[in-house]
Amino acid sequence: MTAYDLEPGDQVHAGDPVKVDRYSTGARINHWITATSLVLLALSGLALFHPSLFFLTGLFGGGQWTRAVHPWIGVLLFFSFAGLFIRFWRANLWRSEDGTWLARLRDVLAGNDEKLPEVGKYNAGQKAVFWGMSLLIIILITSGVVIWDEYFSQYTTITQKRVAVLIHALTAVVIICLWIVHVYAAIWVRGTIGAMTRGQVTGGWAWRHHRKWLRELVGGRQNRP
Amino acid sequence: MALQNIFPPAPTQNIKVDLSEADLVRRSASSVPAPARQLTSVAKLIDTSKCIGCKACESACLEWNNLREEVGFNHGVYDNPLDLTPDSLTVMRFSEWINPETQNLEWLIRKDGCMHCEDPGCLKACPAPGAIVQYSNGIVDFDHDKCIGCGYCIKGCPFNIPRISKVDNKAYKCTLCSDRVAVGQGPACAKACPTQAIVFGTKDEMKAHAEARIKDLKSRGYKNAGLYDPPGVGGTHVMYVLHHADKPEIYANLPNNPKISPIVEVWKGVTKYVGMATIGAFAAVGFLHHMVSGANRVSPEDEENAQRLTGGKK
Repeated sequence: MTAYDLEPGDQVHAGDPVKVDRYSTGARINHWITATSLVLLALSGLALFHPSLFFLTGLFGGGQWTRAVHPWIGVLLFFSFAGLFIRFWRANLWRSEDGTWLARLRDVLAGNDEKLPEVGKYNAGQKAVFWGMSLLIIILITSGVVIWDEYFSQYTTITQKRVAVLIHALTAVVIICLWIVHVYAAIWVRGTIGAMTRGQVTGGWAWRHHRKWLRELVGGRQNRP
Repeated sequence: MALQNIFPPAPTQNIKVDLSEADLVRRSASSVPAPARQLTSVAKLIDTSKCIGCKACESACLEWNNLREEVGFNHGVYDNPLDLTPDSLTVMRFSEWINPETQNLEWLIRKDGCMHCEDPGCLKACPAPGAIVQYSNGIVDFDHDKCIGCGYCIKGCPFNIPRISKVDNKAYKCTLCSDRVAVGQGPACAKACPTQAIVFGTKDEMKAHAEARIKDLKSRGYKNAGLYDPPGVGGTHVMYVLHHADKPEIYANLPNNPKISPIVEVWKGVTKYVGMATIGAFAAVGFLHHMVSGANRVSPEDEENAQRLTGGKK
């Protein structure tokens, strides 16, 4: 059995109910720094994206502050997400069951988990969010630096800046939509949010949604070299 | 042309400011009610064929606007400063051009600065409500109290004019001396120009004046002399008389047929609306999905199965 689905700290605690450690304290802190940055970036970015949302600059101390602070939060997000990427990329590698899972998206959305293949620590949807976020963040930081005029205006032409600002806006819309999917899935699939707050899920949650991961955790200890 | 009409005597008392919020026709990232009155469209006409490159206009601009350019360096060319800056709102650009027909070296001098487009790209791109405004007389002005320093105006401008100050992080450009025009005065540069290469008046007057100049230039052999009032931006309120109007680019890359970049149009047009709608749609679909499907809950059987699975291993 391959164990790359298991991440450091993943552990089963027998009991009633069974508890499973899903995210370490470090991973959770890392996640919430990223999450806070993303929300602040969305709010400050949307303020400059559509005039009807310009009032959001008030949250950041006005337009000048919003303009000044947004790129720095972006830098924070980039490095914070890089930490998440190093933690999670291995368990997010694509596996054969992910195709089957995606093909049964109708059952996923209907909540018919019994009709889905057993999946590891992450299902195909979570993997799509992970890789999507990774790609979009790279596009956003790159295009963002091009339009960070305060420090980098002299390195690109105006035409390049125009392209960058359009790409930045479009990519931001996509990442906000992806963020909505991420947050909605965490709310809809009850028992998920505890994984990122207290670090634990119940055994039943792991059985229902990530049975392969649970089996690996329970059985894998003896099998690992 | 009677210059008294262009430069009426400076008023010294009972000055009536005749340019106010009520005269706005466009306001960045916001809308304005239609103005009750339409001011006469004004324009500055720069006749490149009469310019001697003395830079009196540059000095007058600094003087009137109380700006001090940093003492720079001689770069070995006449252009000084080399480019527009947050303080130098106008610069003379010198081009040496060999006329292929006559083999004559022509020294082309163009006073660069804001063109005051009828359809201003800076205003279209600006995200800060009211930071860029356009008056019904055609003047496009920056309101620095509202400027956030994002530099979007630079991306919107087809002429590469606005500059962001490193001191206060705000965008600066020629105001067409809106403060002088408001009290019946012409721009400081026009006032200072010793050859009247820069003149100011109503746009109609300036077009008529240009016509006479072009006729004169044509009679002197400049068969392509013409007026630069580019229609791609709806015309401008700063116009040039060019001896070679068929090739504006020889005048230090004055754009031939400038218009707001299609990238900017997409960014500030369809992207803004489709983007908001897409985000809204994702949120709405999430909400509806929850209404229809209900929560995805872990069942007691799931917990029992987990206990059975772990129980054996304990």
